[in-house]
Formats: sequence, structure tokens, C-alpha cells
Amino acid sequence: MDYLKIPLLALVTLLAAIAADWGRDPAYSLHAAIVMIVAGGLLLRALRRTGEPRPAPDLSGYMDGPVRAGVIATAFWGVVGFLVGVFIALQLAFPALNFDWSEGLANFGRLRPLHTSAVIFAFGGNALIATSFYVVQRTSAARLWGGNTAWFVFWGYQLFIVFAATGYLLGSTQSKEYAEPEWYVDIWLTVVWLAYLAVYLGTILKRRERHIYVANWFFLAFIVTVAMLHVVNNLSIPVSIWGSKSVQLFAGVQDAMTQWWYGHNAVGFFLTAGFLGMMYYFVPKQAGRPVYSYKLSIIHFWALIFLYIWAGPHHLHYTALPDWASTLGMVFSVILWMPSWGGMINGLMTLEGAWDKIRTDPIIRMFVASLAFYGMSTFEGPVMSIRAVNSLSHYTDWTIGHVHSGALGWNGLITFGCLYFLTPKLWGRERMYSNAAINWHFWLATIGIVLYAAAMWVTGIMEGLMWREVDDQGFLVNSFADTVAAKFPMYVIRALGGGLYLAGALIMVWNMWMTVRGAPARTTAPTDTIAAE
Amino acid sequence: MDTYSILRQIADSWVLLMMFGFFLGCILWAFRPGSRPLHDDAARLIFSPEPEQPLQRGAKREAGQ
Repeated sequence: MDYLKIPLLALVTLLAAIAADWGRDPAYSLHAAIVMIVAGGLLLRALRRTGEPRPAPDLSGYMDGPVRAGVIATAFWGVVGFLVGVFIALQLAFPALNFDWSEGLANFGRLRPLHTSAVIFAFGGNALIATSFYVVQRTSAARLWGGNTAWFVFWGYQLFIVFAATGYLLGSTQSKEYAEPEWYVDIWLTVVWLAYLAVYLGTILKRRERHIYVANWFFLAFIVTVAMLHVVNNLSIPVSIWGSKSVQLFAGVQDAMTQWWYGHNAVGFFLTAGFLGMMYYFVPKQAGRPVYSYKLSIIHFWALIFLYIWAGPHHLHYTALPDWASTLGMVFSVILWMPSWGGMINGLMTLEGAWDKIRTDPIIRMFVASLAFYGMSTFEGPVMSIRAVNSLSHYTDWTIGHVHSGALGWNGLITFGCLYFLTPKLWGRERMYSNAAINWHFWLATIGIVLYAAAMWVTGIMEGLMWREVDDQGFLVNSFADTVAAKFPMYVIRALGGGLYLAGALIMVWNMWMTVRGAPARTTAPTDTIAAE
Repeated sequence: MDTYSILRQIADSWVLLMMFGFFLGCILWAFRPGSRPLHDDAARLIFSPEPEQPLQRGAKREAGQ
């Protein structure tokens, strides 16, 4: 094996060095240099280890190493993403924060995709990979399939994040929202994602349970659909293999439709189906009660899968897209309200007979608040997809508020709940170090979201109304700059809300840190640690 | 007819019918008689005395046991 690995790594290192030298733009050269350093490091490691007898890995337990690493990565990228978010919120309120010296690197336009990708793909993605690996092993009573492939998925995904983040700062983007990374980063993610699919599916195939628990259905739908969306939306031809620029295969309205088919299903399958997988395992687990209705979970699954895929065109009302297509998107978005609320009800009603836990257990409180925000944003979404409402809300900050009540409320809070559930379990501790700190986190995050969403509603509807206001002569009353000036106080409140949310996340990191190094380990503590990899 | 129109026609008729039928079939299948005990078992699966380690080959655990 080593004799194959060493020349292969040497070749990759060499090619990356050439690419770094010949690169036509800074982002490409930097990425090639990163590949060179990583491959070179692996090469050195492989060389030093050659011929050393290696102890056979212990295959008897669950493979929790990548899950532990994923929990750490989730917390880390979460803080990074929230921090960038607060900073760009302040940039909007105080444009002077687009410093002259950082122009072209850290101005709003460069940092905004860094923020969205960091929170969605780095924070959310790591949370999904970690929880799905944890859940699939427990519900299948089987160790992860594929040996170290799970580690490849973890590290490969981190490399993707580093590529994406540094690429944005250096201006490498294909200008597709939530799909900004350029062609070679897309190809790398495809490789990593297929490995993820293989590990996940392999584990399910070798399961020792007869039934495939519903959480796995959602996770699997998430993995498969994201693979499909990612490949189709990123079909492009590189201008040169030595540069990052590429040209999209689709053009015009087809490209727009493909982009929002991707974009909305990224919401539907990445941020919804995947996180529902978490919900169906961790909420019943933490509540100590089986899910309210398993039948409803099956109906929820199929309805969500069948409806979500059609909702994308509601992003393109009043564009060159044919009316029938945007009407189709609108109708499906409104119907989608039903399965969404079915899922929310299923999650909330799981607490039936255990409602007192909301008072006593801050983790349950986090899950419940998360489901409440899920219900709220999946009601708000269909309303905003209606053409008449959209004519007011589109291009305003109402959209931003909607996205954040879903992302901070639903995705954020449920992820925090899962991290609080997993941290003590994975490091063999009795419970989290401080319950009071979880409480603080809960309230800081909730108040932060409320401030954020309320500010965005006010400013969004205000600017929507200002944009369309005409005088008795039919002339527009407000200039664009008037709306910007009117929005200032709301932007400050939004940044404050984001700051509170970030503060809560920092408390969580401290709490996790204290849990991991604090209390004495139980005897069943897992043997392999992250440091080993 | 051009490719678009052909595909569009197939999508608008048979594919639509097939997908809708499959969807309805899934829902109805969930309501089939005798599904309740199976579903209750499946829902309790995550609480079955959790093996701290994966089960060994051949040791298949029945749902809910």
C-alpha cells in the first residue's frame, strides 16, 4: 500500500508545485500551494512510517474519532462564521469598516460569501457530517463502513472549506449564490461527497438492525440530493487548467433557473432534510421518549422530498422566467407549508407528557425553540413566495431576516442542542460542565435572533414600501440613498442581535472546553483521540 | 417535434402521473393494516438497550427488542 501511496503523493506534490508557479491568479496559486503543503506533509509522514510495524486498528467499537473531530470543527467554524457575520453587519451600518488597506480582500463583497459559506457549509456541514456519522452507527448497530474513508471525508471537507474561504477573499468566485467556489473546488467537493455517500450507504448496508430508522432516511436524502444539485449547478468549463476562472454551461434564464433550483434545494435538503435527520434522533433521545408519530414521520419524509424540489422558481418572480414556472414554484412552496408543519408538530409533540423538561432541561429548551423557529420560518417562507408578497419583499432585508430566523433559529439552535448532547457522550463525561452556561447561551441566542429578525422585518418592509412609493405625478418619491439612510438604526440593532448570538456561541465553546478537559473520564472512555490523526 | 417539446409532453403526462402515484402509494403504504406495531417498534429502536459497541456479524438485533 505504501509503495503505491508514496509515488502518488510525490506526483501530487510536484504537480501542485508546478500549478502554484504557473497559476494565472492569486487564488489558484494559493490553493495549489496549499495542496502542495498538504500532499508534501502526507508524503513525509508516509516516508517516515515506511516499514514500521503498525498496530492493527481496533475495529470493535463505534468509529467516533471523525465525530469528535466534527464536533470540534462545528464549534470552531460556527464561531468564525458568526464573527464574520457580525463584522459584515457592522460594515453595512458603518461603511468606514471597509478599510482602505483591506480593499479587495476584506470589503463587504468579499466577506459576505465567506460568512454564508462558513455558517452553512462549514458550521452546518460539519454538524451534519458529525451527527450523521454518530446516528447511522447507533441506529444501525454497526461501525462506519470503509475504515479511514470517514477521516478522508472529514479532512477533505475541511480542505474544501479552506479553499472556498480563501478563494472568496482573493476574488475567486463563479457568482452563484451558495455555490461560489470555482471549478476545481467543486470537483474536489464532489469527490469528498461521494466518499461521504459511500461511507454512509455502506454503514446502512451492513447494519444489524432490521429497520432503517427514519433519521437515516432524511440524512440519506440530504446526501444524495446535495450531490445531484451540486454537480448540475456547477457544470462549467475552466478557461485554463492553470487558473480558477470558468464559464458556466447554462446561460441566461436557464442558468438562473438552475441556480435557484440548486439554491432552494440547498435550503430544502442541506438545511432542512439533513437537520430533520438530527431532529428525529436527538430530540427523542434527549426527551427520553419515542417520536410522537412514526407514521407521520414517514409521510413527512415523502411529502418533503416530493414537494421541495419544485419550489425553486419562487426566487425568480418578475424575471425572464416564464410565468407558469414561477407560479409552479409558488404553488409548491405554499403546499410545502403542510409537511413542514407536520414535521414541526411531530418534533414538538414528542415532548407530550414530558413538557416539564422544557423548564428543567436547557437542551430540550433549545430543541423546542429550534422547532418553533422552524415552524415560523416555514410559514413565513410560503407567504413570501406568493407573487404579490414577493413584489414587496424581494431584494429587501425582509429576505435576510427570513433566512436568519431559519438559519440562526432552526439550524443554529438544533446544532447547539446536538453539540451539548454529543460532547459529554463522545468524551465520556457524565454531562456538560455547566448547565447555567447552556441557559445563558439559550437566552443570548434567542434574544439575538429576535432582535435580528424584528429589525430586518421593520427595515425590509420599510424599504420595500419606500422603493415603490410614487407621488401624484407618478414619480418615485425616494432615492435609493434615502432608504439606506432610513435603515441605519435597524442595521445597528441587527448587528447587536448578531453580537448576542456570537456571545452565546462563545459561551458554548467555553462550556465544551471545560467538559472535555474537566471531569474525570469514565472507564469506557474511547481510546482513539483526535490527536492520533 | 423538438426535444424540449417531447420531453415536456412526457413530463407533463406520464411522469407526472407516475410520481404522483408513487407518492400516494408511499402514503397509503404507511397506513396499511398492521403497520402500527412495526412503526411503534421502529420508533423505539433508538432506545433499545444501546450496545456500547456495534453488534457482531450474525448477531442481528430485531427492532424494539
